[in-house]
Amino acid sequence: MGVEIKIENLTKSFGKQVIWGDVSLTIPAGEISVMLGPSGTGKSVLLKTLIGLLKPDHGSVIIEGTDIASCPEKELYEIRKLFGVLFQDGAMFGSMNLYDNVAFPLREHTKKSESQIRDVVMEKMDLVGLLGAEDKLPGEISGGMRKRAGLARALVLDPEIVLFDEPDSGLDPVRTAFLNQLIIDLNAQIDATFLIVTHDINTARTVPDNIGLLYHRHLAMFGPREMLLASEEPVVRQFLNAQRVGPIGMSEEKDADELAAESGQELPPLPPIPMQLEPSNGIPRRSQREPGAWCRENGVTPPPGSFESSNAGMAPGS
Amino acid sequence: MASITSARVLRPVGVAGGLFAFALDVVRGLFRRPFQLREFLQQAWFIASVTIIPTALVAIPFGAVIALQVGSLIKQFGAQSFTGSASVLAVIQQAAPIGTALLIAGAGGSAIAADLGARKIREELDAMMVLGIDPIQRLVVPRVLACMLVSVFLNGLVSVVGVAGGYVFNVILQDGTPGAYIASFTALAQLPDLYVGFIKAAVFGLIAAIVASYKGMSAGGGPKGVGDAVNESVVITFLLLFVVNFVISTIYLQLVPPKTG
Repeated sequence: MGVEIKIENLTKSFGKQVIWGDVSLTIPAGEISVMLGPSGTGKSVLLKTLIGLLKPDHGSVIIEGTDIASCPEKELYEIRKLFGVLFQDGAMFGSMNLYDNVAFPLREHTKKSESQIRDVVMEKMDLVGLLGAEDKLPGEISGGMRKRAGLARALVLDPEIVLFDEPDSGLDPVRTAFLNQLIIDLNAQIDATFLIVTHDINTARTVPDNIGLLYHRHLAMFGPREMLLASEEPVVRQFLNAQRVGPIGMSEEKDADELAAESGQELPPLPPIPMQLEPSNGIPRRSQREPGAWCRENGVTPPPGSFESSNAGMAPGS
Repeated sequence: MASITSARVLRPVGVAGGLFAFALDVVRGLFRRPFQLREFLQQAWFIASVTIIPTALVAIPFGAVIALQVGSLIKQFGAQSFTGSASVLAVIQQAAPIGTALLIAGAGGSAIAADLGARKIREELDAMMVLGIDPIQRLVVPRVLACMLVSVFLNGLVSVVGVAGGYVFNVILQDGTPGAYIASFTALAQLPDLYVGFIKAAVFGLIAAIVASYKGMSAGGGPKGVGDAVNESVVITFLLLFVVNFVISTIYLQLVPPKTG
């Protein structure tokens, strides 16, 4: 049914360079959340901290009452069995074919017989549309297939939490759209907690229930999708609408002069909020909310034209 | 400024500490079950396959050089009857473990560092940890044991090939007497010389595999990082092996009385 991830005052630095500080948020159980941020803001570092691959300087990550940041290694290996992680390039084991890759966690952690393993592996391969490619080596297939194979491996132990590290990087728009639909369908099917790290705006606008934005070494905002898409907060607005005007510059944040020069410029109006992707079988997900529900409850008027199409407000050209 | 300098000066200490901590983790992993027999056999086969032929090729001139050097030196002393014994001693105690070390570090260690480094930058190791599997137990321990096993075998190979090479060169090039060469084998050499050679080889295999695994697993920064890791692992292994060889030789010479012919 999914597990909640509670992050408190998390701070991480490499040497003297602070990656982000005082990040506190709760990723709700069973929902899809997206973590956004400009390149180099430590999104992947956050993901690796959540699974205990990196130790934070302060703070805690609490999953089912265990603090990932400080628990002993033995417990860490136990709690990691709750996780499925899709790495950026799939991280398939290069020396094994796809079948053995997907079967690997089952062979290591369960006492299933080979025929039971075969059933599970084939089911997951079918889910990600890779039936027939079991005998291929990871080096022989395209990046998109590697990602889907990585997803099959991440799902094979029936995880409670699934983390996606840039599922859309290096994929063409069509494959990205398919992958996004797959994420929604998966969530409907297994009800696990999903966290997606990305900087693809279309994914962020249409897939998740919640959005978070990392910027300038802190968490700028985290909340329901409609809250961020209707937000007037400069950083959030600039990033979610892919605009040049705003506090984010080419390399890092803009300096005072650049910001002052922009102060007179009229900000373009907020684009309409698109519909959220729905499961392809039409049965709503457990965590799915009615379009516009958050805006109504909180008395926010969504930008005109919102919730009319799933393409609304997409960045030009995509 | 001072802090930058001190950071630079202290960095090697950090590497040494990291290496030592890693070695302790490996030792702990040795006793954890299940033992990865398949991986161990695969790795032993792999390391053997990349080292056997170069080792044999290196061993022949190695034995020959020692035979020539010792032979001409001993002729000046007028003790030709001991040529065989002296060169056997030199080959078994020093040349064989060192030759093994060079090849284990150069061929086996670099292959291990490259393999683990590539897995590291492709995030395979992270993926493995996330799947709840400790890469030290799953990948490093079998490699370390395989490396030790293969070095002991290689040491035997170098000893035989080296002694045979020395014999050929002594008899053919230096007009030595075949009978005297073989008859004098046991005059100075004794069984503990053989044991220490094998102990050295096993220790060298251990060090080479641990350094290579450590460097490979801490590779970073893309393909160049892997190249750097391989390079550093070979250099560090060489340095360590020669120091350790010196230490073991000194202890051995102190502990075991030389045979008086």
